[in-house]
Amino acid sequence: MKFLHRIGAVAAKEVRQLRRDRLSFGMIVALPIMQLLLFGYAINMDPRHLSAAVADLSGTAASRQYVHDLAQSQVIDIKHQVGSAEALEALMRAGQVSVGIYLPPDFERRLAQPDRAAGQLLIDGSDTVVQAAAASLVSPARTAPVADAPPTLEIRTYYNPERRSPVNTVPGLIGIILTMTMTLFTAVAIVRERERGNLELLITTPIRSWELMVAKILPYIFIGLVQASLIFWLGDSLFRVPMRGDWLDAYAVILLFIVANLALGLMISTLASNQFQAMQMTFFILLPSILLSGFMFPFDGMPRAAQWIAEVLPMTHFMRLIRGIVLRGAELGELRGELAALGAFLAIALTVAVRRFDKTLD
Amino acid sequence: MNEGLAIRTRGLTRDFGALRAVDHVDLDVPRSRIYGFLGPNGSGKSTTIRMLCGLLTPTEGSATVLGHAIPAEAEALRRKVGYMTQKFSLYEDLTVRENLDFMAEVYALRRARKRDRVDTISERYGLTRLLGQRAGTLSGGQKQRLALGAALLHDPELLFLDEPTSAVDPENRRAFWESLFDLVEAGTTILVSTHYMDEAERCHELAILDQGRLAASGSPQDLARDIDARVVLLRTDRPRSAGKALHAEPWVLSVAQVGNELRVLADKAQEDAVAAVAARVRAAGYEVAHCESVPASLEDVFVAATLPNRTARRERAA
Ligand SMILES: Nc1ncnc2c1ncn2[C@@H]1O[C@H](COP(=O)(O)OP(=O)(O)O)[C@@H](O)[C@H]1O
Ligand SMILES: [Mg+2]
Repeated sequence: MKFLHRIGAVAAKEVRQLRRDRLSFGMIVALPIMQLLLFGYAINMDPRHLSAAVADLSGTAASRQYVHDLAQSQVIDIKHQVGSAEALEALMRAGQVSVGIYLPPDFERRLAQPDRAAGQLLIDGSDTVVQAAAASLVSPARTAPVADAPPTLEIRTYYNPERRSPVNTVPGLIGIILTMTMTLFTAVAIVRERERGNLELLITTPIRSWELMVAKILPYIFIGLVQASLIFWLGDSLFRVPMRGDWLDAYAVILLFIVANLALGLMISTLASNQFQAMQMTFFILLPSILLSGFMFPFDGMPRAAQWIAEVLPMTHFMRLIRGIVLRGAELGELRGELAALGAFLAIALTVAVRRFDKTLD
Repeated sequence: MNEGLAIRTRGLTRDFGALRAVDHVDLDVPRSRIYGFLGPNGSGKSTTIRMLCGLLTPTEGSATVLGHAIPAEAEALRRKVGYMTQKFSLYEDLTVRENLDFMAEVYALRRARKRDRVDTISERYGLTRLLGQRAGTLSGGQKQRLALGAALLHDPELLFLDEPTSAVDPENRRAFWESLFDLVEAGTTILVSTHYMDEAERCHELAILDQGRLAASGSPQDLARDIDARVVLLRTDRPRSAGKALHAEPWVLSVAQVGNELRVLADKAQEDAVAAVAARVRAAGYEVAHCESVPASLEDVFVAATLPNRTARRERAA
């Protein structure tokens, strides 16, 4: 079992060096937390003073009081008073308001009826921040609170192709963090060793190249799992991100994705001749992963060419897998295609890396 | 195959693109000896050592190291050789002990043996008190002792040392060389590259490399005896000007000033070199206080062997 001995020696050394590199070690934990808060709160944040327009067709004291109460919340600033629903829609189409309040002529009578909404809240859903904030407006009390009654205003969301929210963002964030750290850490760990001349010494020892590769990525597999767990935990406690699928499925997918990114990192390390190049190549992968994978923008809305590029990125497939499992409770069997794509990526990256990671300096 | 040889190469060659770094080098390195590579920077010393370790694939030629053909059987050789790289290549962010433990583990030494070897080595090379210190904070001499110790943990039969003393003060260099002779007495073969003459002088045998070619090889004594030049020592009142006058002569291979004296290498074809040198200086109008033939030093050998335009000068002289 000499090879286990050697792998253990290199892996232990790797961990020791990482622990001593305070900054990198801190990044392992700080990066996910920072990103989570950034993305989570950027989306969840409570905007105020959204421009609003009111079409109050009933014009009674009660309706005026109701509009006044809404304005008091400071979520909306009432900029326009119009006379019809059509006028409200026109303002919204033009982008002049993002919230419209429609109170029908029989508003007062409807308020007393527990089985139907009294009016409508029109929301420009193209911005999730706006959508979330405006939706909070519907809670102001009806005159006669009744259990299970519909809210006073019925929400109608406009222009929202895909409803996104922190819940939707957090699982994807796991993918971004893993792409960033796994790829960069392995690539840099190996390139640095070559740059500093350590590799020249290592390859004259009996350690085999596959042993060296395994030993180098082993600690990072563990680190990746810790990062994913951290995001799950924070996502649950801060944003109530649900887990509708199976934990085991989620972790299996995460593990596959981690290994795929480590293989990518190895591949980069065989192509880059210094740490800076390794960093550049990582960002070359990372940027499209953030922008094209469906994490930031809905996949369906992207141009065809961007979609093709996205299909090549492991992140795109991971995004579909993890959202499917976490948010829709999908089972692995239903996501076979995505699993296969991720597996194929892993196989290719690993093959290239192993073939190029020769134990010579040629 | 010759039992007594640790290394045997024939026509060993390595190209980097258009550059021929090592050019058809034939070496016969005997066992249990210190064999030196003497050559200026860029002469191909490191490249040759890397090929012999299996780190680089030769472009041409063959090499046998401890009976293993290189590079085909390089893996089998790993356990038998130690390599101290030109640049310090242990981990600067690990302590001395962690580095030694790590190398011992990579060589898969058993636990008890590992402890034993690390203790022995750190004692022998004065590392015991430094065990807890980060390698990056060591002095040049301490780093060198650590690197040597690490290369010896697995008790190699053959040790490659690539310019091991370049960052070390003279006193430490002395001590270092004494420790090399201890190893040789215990049976280790050492191949060491250097550009210091005094170090080359201490080798049992050496090879002079010049622009990738083997310029000369043999024991320092034999090399001095067989030097392809005549060495003349001259004392004059105007050494700089006399030197310039001599240098213009086609049969003068080189002139070097040492204090007030000139050390002149003359072509072997010049029968009475002493008289010729004195005559040339007097003809130029300078006084000759003293002029004699002296035995060649290793530096003379080196200069004579690595003259850039030797053949061109010969042709002009003829
Ligand atoms: N990896 C390499 N790529 C390109 N050229 C190299 C490489 N290694 C060495 N060389 C070149 O080969 C020549 C010999 O270098 P080297 O063996 O390091 O010399 P030495 O060790 O005697 O100083 C030099 O001209 C050097 O620039
Ligand atoms: Mg060198």
